[in-house]
Amino acid sequence: MLEDKDRIFTNLYGLQDWRLEGAKQRGAWNGTKDLMALGPDWIIDQIKESGLRGRGGAGFPTGLKWSFMPKEVGDRPHYLVVNADESEPGTCKDREIMRHDPHLLIEGCLISAFAMKAHVCYIYIRGEFVDERERLQAAIDEAYAAGLIGKNACGSGWDFDVYVHHGAGAYICGEETGLLESLEGKKGQPRLKPPFPAAAGVYGCPTTVNNVESIAVAPTILRRGANWFASIGRENNAGTKIYCLSGHVERPCNVEEAMSIPLKKLIEQHAGGVRGGWSNLKAVIPGGSSVPLIPRDVCDDVLMDFDALKDVKSGLGTAAVIVMDKSTDIVRAISRISYFYKHESCGQCTPCREGTGWMWRVLERMAVGDSTTEEIDKLLDVAGQVEGHTICALGDAAAWPVQGLIRHFRSEIEERINRYRADRGSVAMAGVAAQ
Amino acid sequence: MASRRPAKNQPASFEWTAENRTWCEAQREKYPQDRAASCVIPFLWRGQKQEGWVSIPMMEAIAEQLSMPYIRVYEVATFYTMFNLAPVGEFHVQLCGTTPCMLCGAQDLREVCKKVIGPEHRISDDGKFSWIEVECLGACCNAPMVQISTSESDHYYEDLTPEILADLLGKLRRGEDVKTGTQNPKRHTSDPEGENTTLTDPSLYDGSAAKPLRNIPNAPEPAGAD
Repeated sequence: MLEDKDRIFTNLYGLQDWRLEGAKQRGAWNGTKDLMALGPDWIIDQIKESGLRGRGGAGFPTGLKWSFMPKEVGDRPHYLVVNADESEPGTCKDREIMRHDPHLLIEGCLISAFAMKAHVCYIYIRGEFVDERERLQAAIDEAYAAGLIGKNACGSGWDFDVYVHHGAGAYICGEETGLLESLEGKKGQPRLKPPFPAAAGVYGCPTTVNNVESIAVAPTILRRGANWFASIGRENNAGTKIYCLSGHVERPCNVEEAMSIPLKKLIEQHAGGVRGGWSNLKAVIPGGSSVPLIPRDVCDDVLMDFDALKDVKSGLGTAAVIVMDKSTDIVRAISRISYFYKHESCGQCTPCREGTGWMWRVLERMAVGDSTTEEIDKLLDVAGQVEGHTICALGDAAAWPVQGLIRHFRSEIEERINRYRADRGSVAMAGVAAQ
Repeated sequence: MASRRPAKNQPASFEWTAENRTWCEAQREKYPQDRAASCVIPFLWRGQKQEGWVSIPMMEAIAEQLSMPYIRVYEVATFYTMFNLAPVGEFHVQLCGTTPCMLCGAQDLREVCKKVIGPEHRISDDGKFSWIEVECLGACCNAPMVQISTSESDHYYEDLTPEILADLLGKLRRGEDVKTGTQNPKRHTSDPEGENTTLTDPSLYDGSAAKPLRNIPNAPEPAGAD
């Protein structure tokens, strides 16, 4: 169990003052100049040492990502872009950081941009977060007025500007190159890589794109020490993490806890347990809609970290825990996720554009049993053909929930098919899936 | 992919208000001189706030303003789903229907919308309301929820039940004040209902974290000499 003194986001619920004075009281902007005085290389080394892995879903080591930026600034300026396009179903943590602890994010922007020799940072916030955008802008204005950012930020000698940019409702802009396209004023269609953003990102300049939470934890890591952060959680899965507990729990909530906390403990300790008790649990999606679900027997003892969840063929993703009790129509729940990916596909790659809609239509039929057992294999086959065959990971994200459903609940789909046929007294031909 | 087309009936022209014209000029400062196109989403959004929806003349005006080909602006306006390509009601209700909200009863809220407002994508007879189902709005720990957009604001209303939503819509119709955010009196934001399980240690808030750092961990030499 994480103790309160080891929590980074001490105003997660907005019970305290989000403004500069309140944030300073809680430790934000403390010694920022001194931290910067130790230099960009020291900062990057500390973040590497801390074991921080990206909090946006992929879990790439943050310090390593920062070190990919060119060592010296050439003829093109460097940019930091903060990915605040939080749209992964189940995930609602960056929103809390931006509206309740915005100064931790702004301070993190300054420190990380300085480490990567960027004078400009864009925070790309999803369009729907209008109130959060205004709050964040108000905090940025305060920081400018106090000399914490702007010319000679914090008296460090480093000039630094932060601009808030917003989207307008497109999940795909959470993909880093889709985000960069959108920031440039285009449709958010992901770019082919390489070149990676560190070589050619926004406006063709070296760019690093990081999640809000990854950036916002950086100043506290430096103040408390890389070893402090690394001591929390299992090896290779360091630190604290904001978990979003939603769905069929008694008391849904966001909570900052240690990495590698057992899933069952997390739900029972902070969310009041599964509605109707643990035995009423059917399945959990442990890391946002993109990751495969895990059934109850796996939930019993799995740990909430990157490696443990990978071992059970799922993933930590954004640590958005979606709990489903036994009343859940699991096929419909996953079908709704498939509809989400159909809706959000950018249309650039054919396997995703066509495959997401195809999978959704088949699942909608399967939900009522209007299918055949052979079609389950066909669905699995199509999911496999979408996965890994697209420019970005949206194709994978659309395939994984479907694969997870079939892996763990195939018998339930088969039962529905049998019941549907029995009810009609004859073997009905399955409708043609593709339209 | 979401398939989206502009409305058949289009206004003859589009004009920024003086206030918005000034606002537009300030936005240009955020981006490099030769990267005016970066303003296209903020401009379209501002235009929508001014007019209620994004029309073809608005796209043409913004294209000219930003020295972009019209088709590039059209592409953006039709790609991003927050741009209303046809007029909406004074209160435009966006109901989150994605799985976390669905698990918590979003379907029942849909029935309320149908009953109180009418069919999806249509403006109610009094012009006050319209509603659509949208994808995850990122407030999953406070599901189910809606976002209600007006010319002034885009607030979230969370932890809804059919009764609360019906009551909320009734109040809006009558022009009464409504509470934004969570509608559960036992919650503040995304904290658990009732007693909090974390962030209860008073020493987090007594200012001790603001005292000057005595030393920076792992610093190569004593820092903060000044």
